[in-house]
Amino acid sequence: MDDLLSEFLTETNESLEVVDNELVRFEREPDNAQILDNVFRLVHTIKGTCGFLGLPRLEMLAHAGETLMGCYRDGAPVSDDGVSTILASIDRIKDILAALEETQEEPEGSDEELINKLLNLAGVVTDADAVKEENAPVQEEAIEQELDILETEKEEIKEGGGGTLGRELKPGEVSLDDLEAAFRDAEGPDLSLPKESKKEISSKAKKPKGEGSLANQTIRVNVNTIENLMTMVSELVLTRNQLLEISRRHEGNEEESEFNTPLQRLSNVTGELQEGVMKTRMQPIGNAWGKLPRIVRDLSVDLGKPIDLDMVGAETELDRQVLELIRDPLTHMVRNSADHGIEMPDVREKAGKSKEGTIKLSAYHEGGHIIISIADDGKGLPTQKLKEKILDLGLASENELESMSDNQVHKYIFHPGFSTAEKVTSVSGRGVGMDVVRTNIELIGGVIDLKSVEGSGTTVTIKIPLTLAIIPALIIETAGERFAIPQLAVSELVRVNLGSESRIEKIKDAEVLRLRNSLLPIVRLTSLLDMDKKKPVADKNNLQISNSTFVVVTQVGTRSFGIIVDEVFHTEEIVVKPMSNMLKEVSMFSGTTIMGDGSVIMIVDPNGIAQAVGSSLDSDAHEQSKETSTKKEDDKISLLIFEAGTKDPKAVPLSLVTRLEEFDVERVECSGDRNMVQYRGRLMPLVYVSEKTKDKQEGSISLLVFSENERVMGLVVDRIIDIVEDRLELQVDSGREGFLGSAIISGQATEVLDVGYYLPKAFSDWFERKEQIGSGTRKLLYAEDSQFFRNMIVPVLIGAGYDVTAVEDGIEAYDLVKGGEKFDIVVTDIEMPNMDGFTLTRYLNEDKNAAHWPVIALSAFVGPAAKARADQLGMFDFIAKFDRKGLLDALKRSEGVIDVEVAA
Amino acid sequence: MSEDNYGEKKNIGQQYVTIRLGGQLFGLQIDRVQDVFMPENFTFVPLTNQKIAGVLNLRGKILTAIDLSKVFDVSAVNETNSQRPAVSVIHGTESYVFLTDIIGEVVTLNEELLEPNPVNLNSDWAKASIGTYRLENELLVILDIDVLIEDLLSQDAA
Repeated sequence: MDDLLSEFLTETNESLEVVDNELVRFEREPDNAQILDNVFRLVHTIKGTCGFLGLPRLEMLAHAGETLMGCYRDGAPVSDDGVSTILASIDRIKDILAALEETQEEPEGSDEELINKLLNLAGVVTDADAVKEENAPVQEEAIEQELDILETEKEEIKEGGGGTLGRELKPGEVSLDDLEAAFRDAEGPDLSLPKESKKEISSKAKKPKGEGSLANQTIRVNVNTIENLMTMVSELVLTRNQLLEISRRHEGNEEESEFNTPLQRLSNVTGELQEGVMKTRMQPIGNAWGKLPRIVRDLSVDLGKPIDLDMVGAETELDRQVLELIRDPLTHMVRNSADHGIEMPDVREKAGKSKEGTIKLSAYHEGGHIIISIADDGKGLPTQKLKEKILDLGLASENELESMSDNQVHKYIFHPGFSTAEKVTSVSGRGVGMDVVRTNIELIGGVIDLKSVEGSGTTVTIKIPLTLAIIPALIIETAGERFAIPQLAVSELVRVNLGSESRIEKIKDAEVLRLRNSLLPIVRLTSLLDMDKKKPVADKNNLQISNSTFVVVTQVGTRSFGIIVDEVFHTEEIVVKPMSNMLKEVSMFSGTTIMGDGSVIMIVDPNGIAQAVGSSLDSDAHEQSKETSTKKEDDKISLLIFEAGTKDPKAVPLSLVTRLEEFDVERVECSGDRNMVQYRGRLMPLVYVSEKTKDKQEGSISLLVFSENERVMGLVVDRIIDIVEDRLELQVDSGREGFLGSAIISGQATEVLDVGYYLPKAFSDWFERKEQIGSGTRKLLYAEDSQFFRNMIVPVLIGAGYDVTAVEDGIEAYDLVKGGEKFDIVVTDIEMPNMDGFTLTRYLNEDKNAAHWPVIALSAFVGPAAKARADQLGMFDFIAKFDRKGLLDALKRSEGVIDVEVAA
Repeated sequence: MSEDNYGEKKNIGQQYVTIRLGGQLFGLQIDRVQDVFMPENFTFVPLTNQKIAGVLNLRGKILTAIDLSKVFDVSAVNETNSQRPAVSVIHGTESYVFLTDIIGEVVTLNEELLEPNPVNLNSDWAKASIGTYRLENELLVILDIDVLIEDLLSQDAA
């Protein structure tokens, strides 16, 4: 691209940003002549340069804008409409500039309408002679105006000379000499136009002389130059470190004292130099905020809510690289606040707030980090609606939600699922794209937090590192190689010993660590990096690590996992260097760095590891199963595979299992004729899948812990093998008690455990064993809000030969029916949020498609009143939740009804 | 040496840095060569192409080292990377390091004498070389640095 043009583009884009903000300010303080002067000057410069570069479209547009501003400057009253029109013309200029940057030519198109509007506004509101000429038809005027511009520019140059124009001195200024030359050549056209007004303009434009000298103190430096400088300084720092190292080694020697003083000086100078160069990379955060006032202003006009954007700490500096990366997330969040956070003025008044909403943006430094907060005094996040949405999406169960603080609930807006659904906007306000914001922030090693009080506003706080160039990192070693892990991702270090409380256990190949109250999936850096072969073979298959190892507990987003490393050294400030193109494909690393001894080490990318963990471990199958269980049941579900009694694999849906535990056999106690263990301060009855296991005298036993509400029981198995994702399709009925049947899981015939058989063994009132398995594929709609029962009943229903669609409440069920889904039978819980079973039945009765479907009610409370109500609604049967036998009987009986209906 | 005499007659022509890999003489265009050095402190980079020997620090710059003997599938004379002379070359804006067996002298050769590769040359070799010079005692294969590096870049991406 032409140098002149590219310089013009850079400079003009910068000027336009200033113009944007100044205009918004001007709208508020129409009497401030200085602001107007400033804007006028900038637009004037743009216009002038355009003329010189031969960009007629831009020039005419800028001129029209300038004319209107000229009127304001001459004292015409400022209207909202006027400012909006000027802003619109600035936007148009930006569009043209963008096209110009791409094609190096002005795009086709007409701005006549906009120009007319600008000129009309100027014509209507002024009587000054400066605009007389503008009242003439625009087309004819254009040529004259062009001459005007030339004239004005010339006057200006003559009067002021190239360097003392009084506007900010920028590299674009270089072209002024050229301009002058060009204008000299262009001499000739009609000079008889009235000059007074223009002279006035140019003299006014020159008023604030003071700025010129200040602007002179800055120069524009190519980013690459600074980057190079930075590299050289890092190099110098490393060399100094090496020298210091040598000097330490020679401590006490004769030469030592000789070297010491200059070395000390070198050291100091280097440190200062490093600091200085770092500073050149720093930019005030205000640069990232530049566009916000305009955005808020536009939104405030569009939405009809007055919003005040308060910016504090714009001068806070941070690395330009980081700055670029947070620009978009910041914009997004401010837009969110304005759009969804701030209420309409009348609502605000009712709530006793001032009509005008406030968004406060602030930034400050705090120990190597920069904290940015975006606070609004709007309506805050609606906790209840969020909860509903969370349930809807199956992100958490009701029980989990109940134990969550509001704050925890709010954090779900960062969940990816939350943003995709369009409904979120209408339900909860925020949420669209918040996960993207979070991802972006985390990408640069930042942390995002949110606090919201319903009714009084929301504050989002972002903590980001000052610079990406130098970060604190943990230096570790694995398979004989050193690596750096960014400190920000490391939440703690755990030393794992064979005998210690924290030890690593295995579920099939998945290694886990018990860390306080949770199971932490564990990955070995060696295997992730495919460095196993470097280690002796004997070590490889050894589950129990011979001596102590370190687990680096890492947190990426909401996911935590442990990375096993061989050795942990120390934390060090490292200079991050980009990876060579040849290595960019390796997602496990984010960069390289040079250590004090001159060697190069790779920086591990926690995000890359997190992704690898997700694909190599099924440890968050818990979460996945939650999501899948609400879907139609031919989706895959997580199954826990174990051995009990025989070597044949057995399976149980993982979502039914609360926890996996291991106990020393010695801890098993006998109470009456039942075995128990003390578990979390209570007695947990043990039920054995195989009697053989009961005889085990030493070692440990594996337990599947099932719990609901207050009841906890442990199912003893021989060995836990694996967790797999597969379809649960019962193929062969089991003749054996305690098993639903057999299914092919992971290519192997596997018996599927009937949890319902074992639960009453621990608590006789849990429920009774189901009996008969029906045949034929009938479509069954099952509405049940409790995750536990859904997980428990669905296999039974599938086992009975139904094609089951499970939903979480009456509304969801009714939506399906309304949507045209056909079912043969409906099983519904009575007590459900949103729409209960009775209401659902009533609705179904009114639906012409669904009216004849038998509805079986399942409820925990079987009272006479409820039964009567069920009869009244014509429900097929009313069965207690724990009565599987009854349920299956009822289903069987209903089949007759269906057949009759079909025949009829 | 004989190589020198060959090109000296006209004293114009392209200069090449000669390197040896598994006995074969190769030439690198001198304007692409930045440095010749003995590398130390290699850092192994897991999960990468076998042909990439690792990364190293050359005066504050982190460069990727390519093991040329692996690229050309010849056995290296010295197994230890740090005993192998290295040459850093520039490709685009980035520098790379080639590990070689022996680095020889600089020869000046008349470009007109560059002959196309024999058609029966192994395709891997043929792809990575521009042509061959007939020296008095042996043949000098001129490497196409760009193709060689581009090839590795795309392999890695695959």
